Amino acid sequence: MIDGLLVGSVYGLAAMGLSLIWGVMNVINLTHGAMIALGMFGMYLLFSAISTNPYILLLPVIGAGLILGIVVYWVAIHWVIGRPMLMSLLSTFAVNMMIIGIGTAVWSTSPYNVNFNLAGITVGSYTFTGNHIAAATAAVIIALSLETFLQRTRLGKAIRAVSDNREAAELMGISSTVVLAVAFGIGIALAVASGALVSTLFPFTILSGAVYQLKSFVVTVLAGLGKPLGALVAGVLLGLLEGVVTPFIAASWIPLIEFTLFVVVLVAFPRGIFGKVAA
Amino acid sequence: MILRRPSFWLILIVSASFIYLPLRGQNVPLREDLILVAVAIILASNLNLMIGYTGYVNFGHIVFYGLGGYIGLYLTTVRGWNLVLAALTAGVAVSFLALLFGLGILRLRGAYFALATIGVLQAVQAFVMNFDPWGRSTGMYLSFTSYQPWGGATRALWIDYYLIIGIMALSLILSLGIKISKFGLGLFAIRENEDAAAVLGVNTTLFKAIIYSVSAFLPAVAGALMFFKNGMIDPFVAFEFMLSLEGIVMLMLGGQGSVTGAALGAGMYEWLRSFLLTSPKLSDFQLVIAGGLLLVVVLFAPGGLIGWVYRLVPRSRGVIE
Amino acid sequence: MTPLLEVRGVSKRFGGLLAVSNVSFNLNRGEILGLIGPNGAGKTTLFNVVNGVYGQIEEGSISFDGHDITGISPHKVVHLGLARTHQIVQPLNDMSVLDNVTVGACFGREYLSLSAARAVARQVLEQVGMESRASLVARSLTIAGKKRLEVARALAANPKLLLLDEVLAGLNPTEIAQMIELVRSIRDRGVSVFMIEHLMQAVMNLSDRIVVLSFGQKLAEGPPEKVARDPLVIEAYLGDPNIAERLMEKN
Repeated sequence: MIDGLLVGSVYGLAAMGLSLIWGVMNVINLTHGAMIALGMFGMYLLFSAISTNPYILLLPVIGAGLILGIVVYWVAIHWVIGRPMLMSLLSTFAVNMMIIGIGTAVWSTSPYNVNFNLAGITVGSYTFTGNHIAAATAAVIIALSLETFLQRTRLGKAIRAVSDNREAAELMGISSTVVLAVAFGIGIALAVASGALVSTLFPFTILSGAVYQLKSFVVTVLAGLGKPLGALVAGVLLGLLEGVVTPFIAASWIPLIEFTLFVVVLVAFPRGIFGKVAA
Repeated sequence: MILRRPSFWLILIVSASFIYLPLRGQNVPLREDLILVAVAIILASNLNLMIGYTGYVNFGHIVFYGLGGYIGLYLTTVRGWNLVLAALTAGVAVSFLALLFGLGILRLRGAYFALATIGVLQAVQAFVMNFDPWGRSTGMYLSFTSYQPWGGATRALWIDYYLIIGIMALSLILSLGIKISKFGLGLFAIRENEDAAAVLGVNTTLFKAIIYSVSAFLPAVAGALMFFKNGMIDPFVAFEFMLSLEGIVMLMLGGQGSVTGAALGAGMYEWLRSFLLTSPKLSDFQLVIAGGLLLVVVLFAPGGLIGWVYRLVPRSRGVIE
Repeated sequence: MTPLLEVRGVSKRFGGLLAVSNVSFNLNRGEILGLIGPNGAGKTTLFNVVNGVYGQIEEGSISFDGHDITGISPHKVVHLGLARTHQIVQPLNDMSVLDNVTVGACFGREYLSLSAARAVARQVLEQVGMESRASLVARSLTIAGKKRLEVARALAANPKLLLLDEVLAGLNPTEIAQMIELVRSIRDRGVSVFMIEHLMQAVMNLSDRIVVLSFGQKLAEGPPEKVARDPLVIEAYLGDPNIAERLMEKN
């Protein structure tokens, strides 16, 4: 169950990326899954090259994610910002296809692994996997850093301003293009980070990102938009739900429960269980 | 009157050629190619009713096809029903389910609706994977005896092919008929501005529910027919998310909102796909090329091929539907 | 003659804000009733309530042509004979002018067939002077064109009552004069008009009677001369007590 909590914080981290982009520019980022997968492979490559603590390698991976995000923004998002939402859905999906296509060509669909094992912590009769604890800790640290960034720094405040009311923000002299690009970059960086963390927990393939993308959607919808911390909490709840339910119900029922919950929450709580509606 | 539209006769001519061409010399490979194009056209043109006409993006469209396949196969294999009856029942059942789901999710707008359709697709797939009578993750197989009433497997497959072409013709005629009708005008008004349409007197809730349900019918029937032909079904091949997305790509390519556009887009995409699959170098990059193509279309030609034609020749708007 | 529209004790709340508070008034058949008041007074909200856009309301009732239309859905109210235009124009952008008006005719008071509706649409376009622009795409019209299209669309529904929301806003003086003429001709053909306007001169001259709203409450109701001299109205909205004289002078 605690395990579920820990894994859930990684779900939450992934969802934060999705939620941020959605909340700031009303774009549903369908490259999310591919970016998570890239995070997994990014960590794998760095770790194979430099065998140090993967949690340190997290930093360059996040940096790369940020840059990648800004590039993708310019290629696929910038031109379709004003247009109907279908366009950004499709453009991000197109990029997703391309990334997965290239990834499959390079890495095929074989499973990969990052072999790094932290010693666990044993309390009573339970052993908490070291990797899980570290991943959860990393997720929380990143989440809190993001929140601090959004609340305390100028750029962060600019992002919040644009998210609230783009026109007004522009009238105030905020270059919305720069802000949107950075916000998108951060969203991608979060996705990549969560992928990198997942790579230390479970074996993965180029297609694994898709599963986490779907979970991110469920979490984002549960939390509502524009509240990254809400996404983190919702992610933890989801992980908790999975952890609690697994011993009692066959694993094959879990997707059904998650998706039914997803549709029900979408229809019944358009604002999410905590959050507010995006523009 | 629909009979006065050139598009109507074009549909009949194209359908006739689909039937005639493979029939010459019993050309099975050609038939197999054409059947894929026909299914693509069926899926794209029915999806067009939601996306192109009403402006509601259905990302989970393939769920109708898959469910139709399951119901059809179950009724023919397990219950020994006649194929035509089973296919029609599948169509009606799936339309009815669509109506029920629709009542819930059609309240949502834009991206929320799109996400909900993904949720429905995944939920149905997850459900079927746990559903015993339908074989859970293994799926179901058709026994060869089911082909007997049709005079054996070979003959059955030909008849099945004709039925699919019939459904293709029906899909296109249905699209055309709706587009030139008052109902269609209401749908397009909803697409342009749903709230304004309501204020103008369009019963948006009813119209949306109807079109969602209608857009499910023929794909479900086609699913029943196709999986009968394939002889087997499982939750992965029935509810493949990629197929749903390919439908959207086809519409974007050809031009959403246009009957000809949907058909052309489907045709072009199938051609592209078969070309990529057979070319040894490019088959790995199938996804990359398709993605690149989609990106180019979205960024530079969101009206698709037909949209481009409309801009080139403004008079064609009235003629090519 | 019973009033065409009877609004009784209507209130509408948004969270903590009471946008419309206990408003009652009548609109008589064949009259042009003006609705004025400072920004944020609740005028468009009142229109939305009458129109059914908000669904159920907190208090009050609305009766149109003898039918209770409180909380009715917008599309049903059109079938009873009540059409409206919007403050911010809502053209069906990618459709032609003719198609826009055809939608109005198709789904209006009479449930016309497509071909009959098209014929009505052409007539209406002629009536408002837009028949030469029938095949233009709505998106390409000027603001004046879009406003006129909005009116044409509403007229095509063959309404008994037409709700006009700031139909003069954003128009130049020539366009304003043309629109005023149009509104008069609409009434002369037997359609009652309920109009929100900020342009005092126009509203004072066009309206048979006026309702004044401020902070969601009705301040006054009556003929223009009386309303313009009402001290409450002057204080809340008009400002200048002599404005009434000046406005009533011009024609």
